[in-house]
Amino acid sequence: MEEPFLILENITKRFDRVEALRSVSLDVKPGELLVVLGPTGAGKTTLLRTVAGLEAPQEGTIRMGGEDVTRHSPADRDVALVFQDFSLYPNWSVRRNLEFPLRAPGRRFTQAQIDERVAWAAGILKIGGLLNRKSQQLSGGEMQRLAIGRAIVRRPRIFLMDEPLTNLDAKLREALRVELVCLQRELKTPMVYVTHDQVEALSMADRIVVLSEGRVLQVGAPEEIYRRPASPVVARQLGQPAINLFNVTRSNGFWMSESGMPVAPAKDGQDKAMILGVRPEDIEPTGGKHAGEVRVVEDMGPTKILLVSWAGCDVHVVTPPTANLRPGDKIFPRVDPAQVVLWPAGS
Amino acid sequence: MSFLELRQIKKTFPDGTEAVKGLDLSVENGELIVLLGPSGCGKTTTLRMIAGLEAPSEGRVVLAGRDVTSLRPARRDVGFVFQFYALYPHLTVRQNIAFPLESVGMPRRERAQRIGAVARRMGLEPLLTRYPRQLSGGDQQRVSLARAVVRRPSVYLMDEPLGTLDADQRLVMREFIRDQQQAMNVTTIYVTHDQEEAMSLADRIVVMNEGRICQAGPPTQVYDDPESLFVANFVGSPGMNFVAGRVRTENGKRFFSPDGSDVRLPVDREVGAGPVTLGIRPEYVCPASDGPVAGAVVMDEYQGNFRSIHVDAGFGSNIVMRAAAGDRREVGESIRLNFDAAHMRFFDTRTGQRL
Repeated sequence: MEEPFLILENITKRFDRVEALRSVSLDVKPGELLVVLGPTGAGKTTLLRTVAGLEAPQEGTIRMGGEDVTRHSPADRDVALVFQDFSLYPNWSVRRNLEFPLRAPGRRFTQAQIDERVAWAAGILKIGGLLNRKSQQLSGGEMQRLAIGRAIVRRPRIFLMDEPLTNLDAKLREALRVELVCLQRELKTPMVYVTHDQVEALSMADRIVVLSEGRVLQVGAPEEIYRRPASPVVARQLGQPAINLFNVTRSNGFWMSESGMPVAPAKDGQDKAMILGVRPEDIEPTGGKHAGEVRVVEDMGPTKILLVSWAGCDVHVVTPPTANLRPGDKIFPRVDPAQVVLWPAGS
Repeated sequence: MSFLELRQIKKTFPDGTEAVKGLDLSVENGELIVLLGPSGCGKTTTLRMIAGLEAPSEGRVVLAGRDVTSLRPARRDVGFVFQFYALYPHLTVRQNIAFPLESVGMPRRERAQRIGAVARRMGLEPLLTRYPRQLSGGDQQRVSLARAVVRRPSVYLMDEPLGTLDADQRLVMREFIRDQQQAMNVTTIYVTHDQEEAMSLADRIVVMNEGRICQAGPPTQVYDDPESLFVANFVGSPGMNFVAGRVRTENGKRFFSPDGSDVRLPVDREVGAGPVTLGIRPEYVCPASDGPVAGAVVMDEYQGNFRSIHVDAGFGSNIVMRAAAGDRREVGESIRLNFDAAHMRFFDTRTGQRL
């Protein structure tokens, strides 16, 4: 087991009476890309700022590289932050923006070293041709590359990224997501990446931390969190369309919906009342015993999304594009019993 | 004659910007049309000309057989849903929905009936006495939609109505709109830059760029048979793969070869000589031990119900393959791929037009 580079222990951060972080514990291993996923107001940005030293926690300790840095200034922590809004100096050239972190007080780089580092970062991020351009003349994608360049140029011990791709259009976001992951892997510098976007979280993360109202709800590999979410709240944060949830009771070997229709087979010995979750891709449109009515068919290209009235609920079913179904059609959905997730009622 | 017709409409703004450059569109009664394009493509200006909020510089707008080009918005019988909720904060949900009916002087009893019916259908009954600030974003959006439909206009016009909602709510509202629209069978023109929204909602998608229509057709047609590189690139996520190269014939057989590569991909139709760009969607790229394309896995993006595998095949940009969620690949792993010939699309590299 590799020793984690960053360890947060029971971090609590209050602003007046609001608890932004409630006893948060997590770790980041060397070279790991950790994604913190949560909705607006979950405490993601506060978490990142606390790691950076821009906020001081009331309780808890932060360790980096084996050393307690809880009381260290931001500069002494040697971290690099990238924000959603780029935070560039608009009137400065790309080169000057890139040099800035290297010229900060306390850093003693020779001009030759600075030139070498700037050329290296600009080369990696494909902005070498833009060095003399003012940053305000760049496109959105170029600006974000520059912002990332400014973070890597110093070769910090850890990257902290706060929704860096949010303000970019969909195509660019997709492309930069891949570049960012490849870059992180190449540099082997650990990264904490904060986002509300579940697609980014699933596709980029080595591990995901699900944060809600300042608390850690679950930590795990993307597949683990997607397939075995610890609670319905976590389950609903990942997957589009969202997981189907049923309030069920056990009766005669089946989980029955509130309308009294069997949803999936039940095993003996389980609680009587549960919440049953099944992802839309784990429901077949045929093979079941009880009819549902197709209400909406959404053709998404490689898949179709059906909204079906079934078992007294609005249920999403994802099918291959070849399924030829129209609103009003009757189908017989079958839930894949192996993919069902159960939680105690009220969770 | 179609229900709504735009005939050669143009809009040139005083600063000389040609927002819409001569656009023809016929919309059938009950159809849901999505105007899709990047910002600045003219889609919102087109919608505003249908609403009467902008006067066309040239051309006619004909609605239900009547030329409405010079009519004020209120005389056109259209219902407009804006991007922002724009609910009156000091009025209850009931009063907000009632507002358009009051302003046309509808008698109280008929008004109450209309509001009751729309609230029931949209599940707003428990919210009627609340104020907008007491509602979630999604509920505000439903009220906004209720207010637009309560008057039963002959056309709904929607300008990115879901733009401010988060992803989860967007999907719910999208289906809600589709469900309601199908139940009421009212002609709807819907503007968005979100291709996923367009795919899921539309009877027909009208893809626009630089003030013109690039392609109009059902979602599957726009997705499967894009007429230009622009449309192919704009629709679909993850996007279509593009590879620049040439088609040549050897021993009576046609092949596509990417530039700077000796890979030969069989081509099943006449394409013509010269530089072409091959387009193929990630779901038609498949692993095959005898596939003609060899490469190395650069990235494996898990997406929950599927994976996007990025492969460096030496074609300039990576090839993305859509794989099953369980088909995990290691970075650096070598892989051979086959491209489904029936789903290869060819474009003229210079003009961007489909060949």
